[in-house]
Amino acid sequence: MSGADERQRLRPADALRVASIGLRARPLRAALSALGIAIGTASIVAVLGLSASSQAGLLAEIDRLGTNLLTVESGKSISGAPAQLPHEAAARVGHLGAVQAVADAAKVDGVHVYRSPLVPAGNTGGLQVRAASLGLPRVLGIGVAQGAWLNAGTAQAPVTVLGADAAAQLGIDRVGPGVRAWLGDRWFAVAGILGRSPLEPAIDASALVGYPAAARELGYVDVDVDGVSARQSPGGMADDAAAAPGPASAIYVRTARGHEAEVQARLAQTANPAAPAEADVSQPSDVLTARAAAAGAFDSLFLGLGAVALLVGAVGVANIMLISVLERRSEIGLRRALGATRAQIRSQFLAESVLLALVGGGAGVLAGAAATAIYASGKGWAIVIPPQAWAGGLGSALLIGALAGLLPAIRASRLAPTVALRSV
Amino acid sequence: MSGSAQTGRDAEDAPRDLVLELDGVTKTYGHQPPVPALRGVSFAVERGELAAIVGPSGSGKSTLLHVVGTLERPSAGRVRIGGVDVAALDDRALSRLRAREIGFVFQQFFLAEHATVRENVADGLLYAGAPVAERFASADVALEQVGLSHRAGFRPGKLSGGERQRVAIARALVGRPAIVLADEPTGNLDSATGAAIMELLHELHAGGATILMITHDAALAEQLPRQLRVLDGRIVADTRRAAA
Repeated sequence: MSGADERQRLRPADALRVASIGLRARPLRAALSALGIAIGTASIVAVLGLSASSQAGLLAEIDRLGTNLLTVESGKSISGAPAQLPHEAAARVGHLGAVQAVADAAKVDGVHVYRSPLVPAGNTGGLQVRAASLGLPRVLGIGVAQGAWLNAGTAQAPVTVLGADAAAQLGIDRVGPGVRAWLGDRWFAVAGILGRSPLEPAIDASALVGYPAAARELGYVDVDVDGVSARQSPGGMADDAAAAPGPASAIYVRTARGHEAEVQARLAQTANPAAPAEADVSQPSDVLTARAAAAGAFDSLFLGLGAVALLVGAVGVANIMLISVLERRSEIGLRRALGATRAQIRSQFLAESVLLALVGGGAGVLAGAAATAIYASGKGWAIVIPPQAWAGGLGSALLIGALAGLLPAIRASRLAPTVALRSV
Repeated sequence: MSGSAQTGRDAEDAPRDLVLELDGVTKTYGHQPPVPALRGVSFAVERGELAAIVGPSGSGKSTLLHVVGTLERPSAGRVRIGGVDVAALDDRALSRLRAREIGFVFQQFFLAEHATVRENVADGLLYAGAPVAERFASADVALEQVGLSHRAGFRPGKLSGGERQRVAIARALVGRPAIVLADEPTGNLDSATGAAIMELLHELHAGGATILMITHDAALAEQLPRQLRVLDGRIVADTRRAAA
């Protein structure tokens, strides 16, 4: 008998059945004690899932808009005065190799857009007026929400297209005959409303007109003063219809993919050969990329809260397991009488605790994933649950179950069978 | 192992086949001052015997049952089960011994309420290392023996007290142990049901099982072929009824 080396371990199916007795006998208690771990796991999974999904959303947006957009803007001269880009800068940039498309816009200073002439001149609402080249929406990846973008004809006429924020601010939500806005000192017909412009947010708050219209109607013309291009203020000598429009204040350049750096290096020199330092070159997608990188900035705070919930859950499980061991003394005694070793009793209660925690962890992972899925699909993001979120959730539940069950399991195994059998 | 071919009655001419031997067993509880529960108990049980350990409460009979059942180790003296000295065995080996050689029947039945009768009986073999199919086959045989085959799918909560005790007895028998230890098996039952359980024990004895029953009830003990009277931790009488 003592020499027999037959198996004394329980078969896995038996071990699982024995470990789940407590859970099956008192399901409500099991559910409540697993709740803390479920909440902790759910919050951890949801936090990681949401930040990953929002990151994926931003990256998808960046991908859609393209990272191959470069911007040249007029900077400041050495003396600190506002500099200007040469009139022919856009055309020169267009001749650079690897440049696919160029568009430009010019902020028309001193002219504002109003709902009607009755609005006091000071109430500009922060809106600006810009002259834009015809290729602007295409280069910046802006959709047209309503109506139409400017064309060669409307660019000559008192016609404007509003940025998304400008339209909302002016209370214009549709286009059609009779829809107009007051620009400078006359009515402009509103031909269209643009969609969002994430790469160049200034467009959102602008009323856009064609360069010829800006020159003719708003007095945005080139005046050569000591060899430097300058524009004339409105209300001045705008009667000369032949005057050329003023220079662009920003040039938007689409390059062939992979050639961004080489174009960027030559852009300032090309746009303003006389004073390259006065041209600021930037890559607008950098801002979005930085935003994506910052999307996880508050994660550690919420992860900490999730960890606290897990800790509280672990204490709950340990408490329930200790009570369970006290309540089930006669079961322990009986199992010892039926031939269970101390190690088998210990394993039974340890496995029960781990099982309890895993049930909580599994429910938490599902709840966190569901929360992520609902929120992310509401925002139109791709649903991303990082593997480390769910694997980490289940793993920490497993660890917590083992830790929480250790003391109760050791107590159960040390219980003298005779004491256990007497206690009824 | 259960020696079903041999009964106690024809053991007189055969060489003595001892299932259980106690030799000078002492059990003392506590340290300051020590409380003796058993003071030098010696007796032996042969295969196929049906014997009662009888004594008033506090006489040490429960301690005796625990020592015999290897749930407790004696302070001094020797316990042999099936010829093996249990003092030499560690927890694993003792557990294996309990799983295979000893069946327990308790006054409070100790059945698992969430499992069926059949599962309860089969669990008697859980720690003996038997495969599932074998456990359930043996459970069916044991339920047949105690006359409860028709209740196999029931849960213990649906059974009467007598039926519950029969389930517990079937669980003790399922591994065909060398000895069955029954601790006040009729203690929680009314007299008619108790009598039926006693009748079952007699039947099982007639079928070859070795049964050691513990009781405080002298009248009940007198129905059995052998009585060991315990008082103050000693065996004061070992009487055998003339074979019927």
